[in-house]
Amino acid sequence: MQQRSSLKARLIASPYVAWSALFIVAPMFFVVYYAFTDAAGAFTLANIKALSNYTEIFVRSITFGLIATVICLLIAYPFAYILSQSGANVQRTMILLIMLPMWMNFLIRTYSWMALLQDTGLINAILGKLGIGPFHMINTGGAVILGMIYNFLPYMILPIYSILTKLDRSLIEAAEDLGSNRFNVIKKVVIPLSMPGVVSGITMVFVPSVSTFYISQKLGGGAFDLIGDTIERQFQQAYNYNLGASLSLVLMVLILVCMAVMHRFTDNDEGGGMVI
Amino acid sequence: MKKTLCFVCILSMLFVTLASCSSEPAKKLYVYNWGEYISDGEDGSFDVNAEFEKKYGIEVVYDTYDNNEAMYAKLKGGGVNYDIVIPSDYMIERMISEDMLEKIDFSNIPNYSNISEKYLNQPYDPNNEYSVPYNVGMVGLIYNTKYVSPAPTSWEALWDANYSGKTLMFANPRDAFAIAQSILGIDYNTTAEADWNAAAEKLKAQKSIKPSYVNDEVFNKMESGEAYLAPYYAGDFLSMVSVNPDLAFVYPSEGVNYFVDAACILKGSKNKESAVLYINFLLEEETALANAEYICYASPNTKVINNTEYTYYQNEILYPTQDKQPKTQIFTNLPQPSLDLMNSLWDSVKSE
Repeated sequence: MQQRSSLKARLIASPYVAWSALFIVAPMFFVVYYAFTDAAGAFTLANIKALSNYTEIFVRSITFGLIATVICLLIAYPFAYILSQSGANVQRTMILLIMLPMWMNFLIRTYSWMALLQDTGLINAILGKLGIGPFHMINTGGAVILGMIYNFLPYMILPIYSILTKLDRSLIEAAEDLGSNRFNVIKKVVIPLSMPGVVSGITMVFVPSVSTFYISQKLGGGAFDLIGDTIERQFQQAYNYNLGASLSLVLMVLILVCMAVMHRFTDNDEGGGMVI
Repeated sequence: MKKTLCFVCILSMLFVTLASCSSEPAKKLYVYNWGEYISDGEDGSFDVNAEFEKKYGIEVVYDTYDNNEAMYAKLKGGGVNYDIVIPSDYMIERMISEDMLEKIDFSNIPNYSNISEKYLNQPYDPNNEYSVPYNVGMVGLIYNTKYVSPAPTSWEALWDANYSGKTLMFANPRDAFAIAQSILGIDYNTTAEADWNAAAEKLKAQKSIKPSYVNDEVFNKMESGEAYLAPYYAGDFLSMVSVNPDLAFVYPSEGVNYFVDAACILKGSKNKESAVLYINFLLEEETALANAEYICYASPNTKVINNTEYTYYQNEILYPTQDKQPKTQIFTNLPQPSLDLMNSLWDSVKSE
């Protein structure tokens, strides 16, 4: 009986295993293979050595990603908390409004920001009517970060919100009964219990921000190249799969390291035992 | 029982469709061209692909790309089976050298005689075996007369601090380097490392005036007055100026890039006969004229150039007279080490 069900389980899992092998493991293998070979397919470390020319871009990508993630967290946490305390109708409407822009393609939404932020764009036109400005916003680092925040904010709000709504109210009541004030309830009960949501939110904002390639081209005017742009150029323009692969490999490793460091942080904060 | 019946029905339907596919292959032709580079029936214009289908009963499957390098990468990546591509000069040379193109059977292209002699025997295809010119053109400087004065005559205007933040630049390395090379008096097709380094330094110097590196956004940005100066193709200027009449165009005195985009048949094409028919169709007077009107690029087709009804008949930007002819250079295929050098220098320009 036991064996039959495990066979069944394996059968059911097999399409997923095949899928992962084909679309996750195999591409990873190719990335590693290309990173350590030259155009003719011979082993080389030249692609890895060439990475030293790209330090500046890596630093910029990570800095921008971190700034965007921190701002997203600062906006998303209070918002998710207030939302989780609101009435059911308000929650439903607000969640719908957060999801609504995601029904539209992200490229189009980013392109629209260009029309908003331009010197001759909508925002400056309105400010001009009020006698203020114009402010130069497009093609700056700030515009790129704004694009990241705008695009990835929902990925921070949703996991935090979903964990806050599942929070056991009796724990908060217990803290209040034991004489904790509102501030302490949030600091000592709500925040620690919501850490898994925060961590997955950070992951879901930081990873796409660091690796994004379209936002910087459109909102940064191509003058704030991020690592994603550079990788895209190796494949699309330079036809240098090997350098592109080695850049991707380093990006993956960097993201893994950042994630590991962050998980360590949250573990310590909470005294271990966090599930994610 | 019902389920089995249903299953049998579906199965038999599947067989019928499969059988019909194999017994009567519909004639198809796979064309891979630049975006916005064919008259497509918009606003009542002549729809080239639809007319071809009507005339020959061959279905045209049409895809587009934005630059030569992306097209090349896609073909090299495999998994595509295009019959016709329309690359530019230097890319044609590269594709010939890598055995990616098929020799064209000119006996079935009677309209080939429409191509002006001027555009034959080009360095990328010296014996006219692989390519049929589709469009020709030159790069120049587009500027907004409301904001840019005096009228620029040199590429140096793109380095002018007065227009900081308002200058656009090519986002692809070959065209961007060509501008710096023009100023420095370096051959576009140089293989000397020092030349490429010098041009890269020139491009880095431009970063202090905060240029935006753009492709097709140049249209929006120049038409709306968001940007004041941009290097771009003469033909595209004509479509921009019809939206924003404040725009003007000049061929900078240092010289400009001259290019030919030509139709080629890919090696391994399974529809060579249809491909030849298509190329011949592109050269017909009606098709070529419709394309020239729609795309606004200069045509290599004498039936268009000499047609007095043609909107751009003797247009001084597209067809400058001998005395107004700018200095030009054509791109040739760079050897791999120079390409690698250019690409890595470009990365360093962009990362500053």
